Amino acid sequence: MSEKKTLEELENQIEQLKQLNSKNGLDLSDEIDKLSDKLTERQKSAKEKLDEWDIVKLARHPDRPDARAYIDALTEDFYPLHGDRLLGDDKALTGGLAKYDGRTVIVIAQSKGGNASESQETNFGMMKSEGYRKAQRLMALAEKFDFPILSLIDTPGAYPGKEAEENNIGGMIAQSISRMITIKVPTIAAVIGEGGSGGAVAIGVADRVVMLENSIYSVISPEGCAAILWNDRENADEAARALKLTAGHAEELGVVDEVIEEGPGAHKEFGTAAENLDKSLKKNLSELSDLNEKELIEARRKKYREMGSYRRATR
Amino acid sequence: MPLFRDEEYLKVDFDEKQEKDEALWVKCKSCGKLIFKKKLQENNHICPNCGAYFFLTAKERIKTLIDTESFVDETKRIESDDPLEFTDLKTYKERLEEAQKETEMFDSIIVGKGEVDEHPLVIAVMDFRFIGGSMGSVVGEQIASGIELAAEEELPFVLISSSGGARMQEGLLSLMQMVKTTSTREILTEKQLPFISVMTYPTTAGVEASIASLGDITLAEKGALIGFAGRKVIEETIGEELPANFQSSDFAYEQGIVDAVVDRDNLRSELAKVLEFF
Ligand SMILES: [Zn+2]
Repeated sequence: MSEKKTLEELENQIEQLKQLNSKNGLDLSDEIDKLSDKLTERQKSAKEKLDEWDIVKLARHPDRPDARAYIDALTEDFYPLHGDRLLGDDKALTGGLAKYDGRTVIVIAQSKGGNASESQETNFGMMKSEGYRKAQRLMALAEKFDFPILSLIDTPGAYPGKEAEENNIGGMIAQSISRMITIKVPTIAAVIGEGGSGGAVAIGVADRVVMLENSIYSVISPEGCAAILWNDRENADEAARALKLTAGHAEELGVVDEVIEEGPGAHKEFGTAAENLDKSLKKNLSELSDLNEKELIEARRKKYREMGSYRRATR
Repeated sequence: MPLFRDEEYLKVDFDEKQEKDEALWVKCKSCGKLIFKKKLQENNHICPNCGAYFFLTAKERIKTLIDTESFVDETKRIESDDPLEFTDLKTYKERLEEAQKETEMFDSIIVGKGEVDEHPLVIAVMDFRFIGGSMGSVVGEQIASGIELAAEEELPFVLISSSGGARMQEGLLSLMQMVKTTSTREILTEKQLPFISVMTYPTTAGVEASIASLGDITLAEKGALIGFAGRKVIEETIGEELPANFQSSDFAYEQGIVDAVVDRDNLRSELAKVLEFF
């Protein structure tokens, strides 16, 4: 039997026992605990066997909760704001005011959509020029009223379209990065699914960057990388492994501060992922709140100034 | 970030063996005519017959722009340490070694101090021969330290881009160089020093979507390719063919993305003209 089947079987058994437990007045809790422990252990070792390509598939899993689910679960009174005041409203970017941990924050979130029709509407989280302008408008609002920024990243990349190029999407991404470097309020970015290249980093520059364990963050999509370096998109799995695009690697490279555990995986059980992300955001937000403007910006710029890896030339 | 390999609609030729080749003549890929090499060099690497631009190495670019004997090389003696131990059909280490051998450079950029028609500046010039001019940790560090040098010496900073984007072989660290260069660029703003970005063939993807697009003044060399996403990717996405001039220097000018399109012959005087205002 495959490991996946074994795990499913165990899950079913536990579920059945739980139903029996409540129905017939039998005490099966010992049995349930035993099986649950076994399941956790098997899940853990299965997790350790996941390679980069498996994680890519999890990060893109159709049942993986989208950014709006996290906004609903974690914040209160979310009030979405619309439009960049010039080109239109980019629905790939959900953003607005919210109450979080007792204070007003600005949320900037790439939304892939929770189902097929939502995904059509949000263009699978692929932002256009107006989206990056909208993000900058929200950043300006945050700075003006001293609201911290929570940024949720989940995009295959910026939208490769004709109008996007006509509207200088590259320049808009550059300006968005620049804005996040100089902004005077605390910023936290969380990669919750796909962190797709420049389109992701444009809203991902932050004092703290965290990443859900089954999400990816990459300079290029594995398919795009395979097409260029292997001359074949079919080699995407190899490219994914070579790119080391998982949360653990991102942490080792010093790009991500913390990897958030998802338990069984956000696509299976949203609660654990949401709860752990919530804890991390609250902890980071409270730590950042102790710093003044100058300290915040200095630390942020020092962090990015030092990013990279090289050695003294050998020849 | 896709590297642009589709050169069809651009009149920029990249003659790979230009430096090592002993031949006295070179064939223009645009008009097919044989041109005397020395004549080509004297003509700013522009075909005397049809006007096509030949690809400039970083060293050649510096020669065409910077006053003779004013250039001081400030490139840091660093190279990539292959942080991901990246392998595709070839190892990244091999690619690096080959590129270093061919270009006699540490990586795809040269940084130095010099003068343009007696206007002192710090200049960083990218070289497309070195893994497509791509930006990894070394390029990010060279641009950052070039900017810091300009700030220290209170000089204008000029970046001549020729890059397909972030370097895939250094993964996420390459992506972060977009942030690193953008962050360091702020020093120039704080010190009120001008940053002039010159986009040449090609200025695309991660480089276009960061430092190259953050100039106080942005010039495009005639024939430049300027854009974020690759032409093929866009065509596949929208299911239609893009016009021939899409993402060209003239397109960028019409869309208000650059301040001027400048002929290669005039780039030096144009830079001097702009620097004169600051
Ligand atoms: Zn010719």
